[in-house]
Amino acid sequence: MIPVHPVFASFSGAIEFIFTPQPSNVTGGKLVGGFTQSMELLLTQLEVTLIAVVLALIVALPLGLYLGHRGIGEVLAIGLGNAGRAIPELAVIALVASLIGVGLLTVAPALAILGIPPILTNAYVGVREVDRSTVDAARGMGMTELEIIRRVELPLAIPTVMSGVRGATIAIVATATIAPLAGVTTLGDYIINENVYGQNGVLAGAILVALLAITLEGLLALLQWRLTSDGLKLQTA
Amino acid sequence: MRTDHTKLRVALAALAALALSLGIAACGGSSDSSSSDEGGNGGGAIVSNPDNGKVSLTIGSKNFPEQEILGEIYAQALKAAGYKVKSALNLGSETVALKAVKTNQISGYPEYASTALTSFFGLEPEEVPADANEAWEKANEEFEKEGLQAFEPTPFASANAVGTTKKTAEKYGLETISDLEGVSEKLSLYGSPECRQRIDCLAGLEKLYGLKFKSFTPVDISLRYNVLEKGQADLSILFTTDPQLAAESDKFVILEDDKEVFPAGNVIFVTKKSTAEKAGPDYEKTILQVQEGLDLKVMQELDARVELEKQTPKEAAAAYLKSAGYTK
Repeated sequence: MIPVHPVFASFSGAIEFIFTPQPSNVTGGKLVGGFTQSMELLLTQLEVTLIAVVLALIVALPLGLYLGHRGIGEVLAIGLGNAGRAIPELAVIALVASLIGVGLLTVAPALAILGIPPILTNAYVGVREVDRSTVDAARGMGMTELEIIRRVELPLAIPTVMSGVRGATIAIVATATIAPLAGVTTLGDYIINENVYGQNGVLAGAILVALLAITLEGLLALLQWRLTSDGLKLQTA
Repeated sequence: MRTDHTKLRVALAALAALALSLGIAACGGSSDSSSSDEGGNGGGAIVSNPDNGKVSLTIGSKNFPEQEILGEIYAQALKAAGYKVKSALNLGSETVALKAVKTNQISGYPEYASTALTSFFGLEPEEVPADANEAWEKANEEFEKEGLQAFEPTPFASANAVGTTKKTAEKYGLETISDLEGVSEKLSLYGSPECRQRIDCLAGLEKLYGLKFKSFTPVDISLRYNVLEKGQADLSILFTTDPQLAAESDKFVILEDDKEVFPAGNVIFVTKKSTAEKAGPDYEKTILQVQEGLDLKVMQELDARVELEKQTPKEAAAAYLKSAGYTK
């Protein structure tokens, strides 16, 4: 037999699982999966992802911009940023779940921790890479420090900042699959419970998470293009 | 800056790798608590048979403490009988474990007869025989059709149960699950993620008892007491073998399953017929011998060592084998 054959078989099974409820061994006859349940799980995954990304932005973006503007705290912005990427998220969620409790209000902040390092590091680096003579010119024109950040440094740093945001979003949306272990029923439900949903369900969950990640990435790329000033686009084009 | 960046990353990665490998080495050095060549006479001690040295076995288990303890007990006992033994504990769900047996990735693993009947062979929970031997024979019949074999059951049985705090039980006058009728709408239920859809869990409580809960929240199995203690959950799915039930009987109670949604299961060791033949008679003999002492009290105590006293499953298993006189 050709070894790829079963893969295709289960791929079509997974697609079917996404749209049509399927029988399961352990549910006593109740059908599982299907479009309604898939959309419910997908929306929960999206919800927890968006909350976590916004939380990460609130914490990391102002800090990264400020540190970059002042040119201080490189150790914090880059060192901590890199160290932060090594944090095992499953352990964070387990810890938070047993210390504080479970549910959206604990899972979202725990996931936000994943998004902070890339946003922080990229905001810092993005601002540092802005030509100093441009900043001096802005200062010479009488701009306040806050105006310099907002109107000169941030716009010029947008491509770098946004690539941090995109990285953070992908990491968070992918990791939100473990949320069912802490009270939030995301698409991970399909992936964790092979017992209930079978292999088709596991693959269906993976496919939906991948599609969601690609969609978010596309939307953010579009947003980045819109936010980038025309002058910068000319430079890179 | 770019290079600093990468250097730091490499350093961190190296550190992480080091920590990991140390951890693995520490665990890996494990299975060597052999006490093999004791020409043990009588007292039920396991006798090492040099013929078994040619046979390699891999003992598996599912991914919660009781299973890991059982897996360790069987693995260490088989090692004492002279086999070359590896263990693959923490395999995940029963479908993963069964597939691992069928594909020879593991030689065998402990399964609850009730789970085998409902999950593998499509029985409704109320069809599972209450008698341990009957359930085993029924499961074994089905396993044999697939070239598999289940050894005789353990003395102890384990089942899921609806648990709550003593306070909640007193407040609503709860003794049986049927008592939840009329109050369940006000109560939140927590259980493992798979519980939500399972007929021997939430789906069964809804269908067979006709109960509706205020909410069902999925959590990792290890949090089942935590959510009760924190007051997040009014009700939580527990196991009847949980040591917390004995140790903190003033705090937690389980509700009697008067309509038998949660069939009790004794543990049967599932293996492939061909594996059992290749391994020789000591394989089954050793497994049956060491599980003889596993009654409910002993199993609860072993669970307590791991869940409450934070021993490793390996340590708990070794202590059991030693104190019962199976190994020295």
